[in-house]
Amino acid sequence: MLELINLSFQVPEQSNAKKEIIKSVNLQLKDHTFTAITGPNGGGKSTLAKLIMGMEKPTGGQIIWNGQDITDLDVTERAKLGISFAFQQPVRFKGIKVKDLITLAAGEKLSTASACEYLSKVGLCARDYINRDVDGSLSGGELKRIEIATIIARNTPLSVFDEPEAGIDLWSFSNLIKVFEAMHEKRENSLIIISHQERILSIADEIVVLADGAVKAQGAREDILPELLGGTTGCKYYQQEEGTRC
Amino acid sequence: MDQIQKTLLEEIAGLHEVPAGAYNIRANGKSVSRNTTANIDIVTKEDKQGIDIIIKPGTKKESVHIPVVLSQSGLTEMVYNDFYVGDDCDVTIIAGCGIHNGGDEMSKHDGIHSFFIGKNSHVRYVEKHYGSGDGKGKRIMNPETVVEVGENSFMEMETVQIRGVDSTKRRTSAALADGAKIVITERLMTHGSQNAESYFKVDLNGAGSSANLISRSVAKEDSTQLFFSEINGNNQCAGHSECDAIIMDNAKIGAVPKITANHLEAALIHEAAIGKIAGEQITKLMTLGLTEAEAEEQIVNGFLR
Repeated sequence: MLELINLSFQVPEQSNAKKEIIKSVNLQLKDHTFTAITGPNGGGKSTLAKLIMGMEKPTGGQIIWNGQDITDLDVTERAKLGISFAFQQPVRFKGIKVKDLITLAAGEKLSTASACEYLSKVGLCARDYINRDVDGSLSGGELKRIEIATIIARNTPLSVFDEPEAGIDLWSFSNLIKVFEAMHEKRENSLIIISHQERILSIADEIVVLADGAVKAQGAREDILPELLGGTTGCKYYQQEEGTRC
Repeated sequence: MDQIQKTLLEEIAGLHEVPAGAYNIRANGKSVSRNTTANIDIVTKEDKQGIDIIIKPGTKKESVHIPVVLSQSGLTEMVYNDFYVGDDCDVTIIAGCGIHNGGDEMSKHDGIHSFFIGKNSHVRYVEKHYGSGDGKGKRIMNPETVVEVGENSFMEMETVQIRGVDSTKRRTSAALADGAKIVITERLMTHGSQNAESYFKVDLNGAGSSANLISRSVAKEDSTQLFFSEINGNNQCAGHSECDAIIMDNAKIGAVPKITANHLEAALIHEAAIGKIAGEQITKLMTLGLTEAEAEEQIVNGFLR
């Protein structure tokens, strides 16, 4: 189980002021659960994902993973404990091939056939991609799918996806949904997906609404999603916080 | 050959034993082993140090290995190797130099390789440089390559220097006839207080000639690198050069590109980028379970592949 206890993250602003990006967030994310974190842009969703992976250090609070306090662990240590992270903007490398990246993710020597299997799972014709560099010659959608293939290859107890729908076309998007459904089919691992997309929210077990750095709602999809989708209700959390912004 | 020389040979030419095809192995200033074939002759020069490699027209799918190893501290040499490649050939030439310096005196190998390539031929030329040994004596290599690419011929040149060479000045110049093409790929890594300079000059003299010059380098610790490239478009031609460098620690890297069009139909491009390893690249590999140092190594190795 992943627990966030009074988790805060502030960044310095001009004249010694500090801006609170995450405000004392308390969350418990159960094992084998698919949790979608949604909310308005600038609400702190991506920052929360980075705090979970250790890419940002919280300025207050704790992160507990399966009973262990991992707040002070770095990215590598968290990765080794079984947490994975899919970047919103996949990173490009000159000279690192798709097969290399998938092999590093799997953590063991892979045959070309096994590496290809992971690519096939994200809808890429493996033979065309396996020996290509993970660089600017690949489109945004291709990079995104390779990024997700690395997460599948890692097969860790927890995977965090930061806006997987960003930068991909509609056709890729419907396949992406299938990939997430397949990943969650056996309920073996936990998924946290940061998303704005109704179709992703509609396949989650739990939904967390994060706005202005704080949890505005958390619960089963059946309870939260109708409220989010109903008329102006989608802005309810905004309205409560920001008054007239909607 | 002793074990040190064999190790050097493996590093620079991937040779575990005697290579197939034509070869000339030079160790500590002398030719120690040679083989010629029906199509490839190797002749010792009489007026100076070096050899002539003569490849008959129509020679296909043959290779020539001409590695040089130096394991005697304090040895300095200047060698001239000339390659005469006939028309309609398709050959691979593996050169390279390995210096093991376990002493306190400077060891130095300077070599000038000249290529005279006929028409409609394809030449792949691979040159690896490597240094080892813990003596205080410097390991110095200054290779010069001069290429004349004949009509509709294609020269592929790969140079690699990854480890152990204290000082190197590499000069490469090429002149291309009609329809000729050259692709030069340089891979370079310097560390410690090493210094490496590369000078490339390509004259695109023929109509329809083209050049692609790609340099990838990594400078670590206190090392310095300087990259000069000059492409002259003297006819209807296409030229592209690309210098991509990763800087680390206290290293210094300079890139001086020059492209000159002397013809309306000359299309020339230069790209140069120097920068440290992107933080997000390291983070991505750390999310896969690599430590920061392992991530850095993986990125550098990939970049120099």
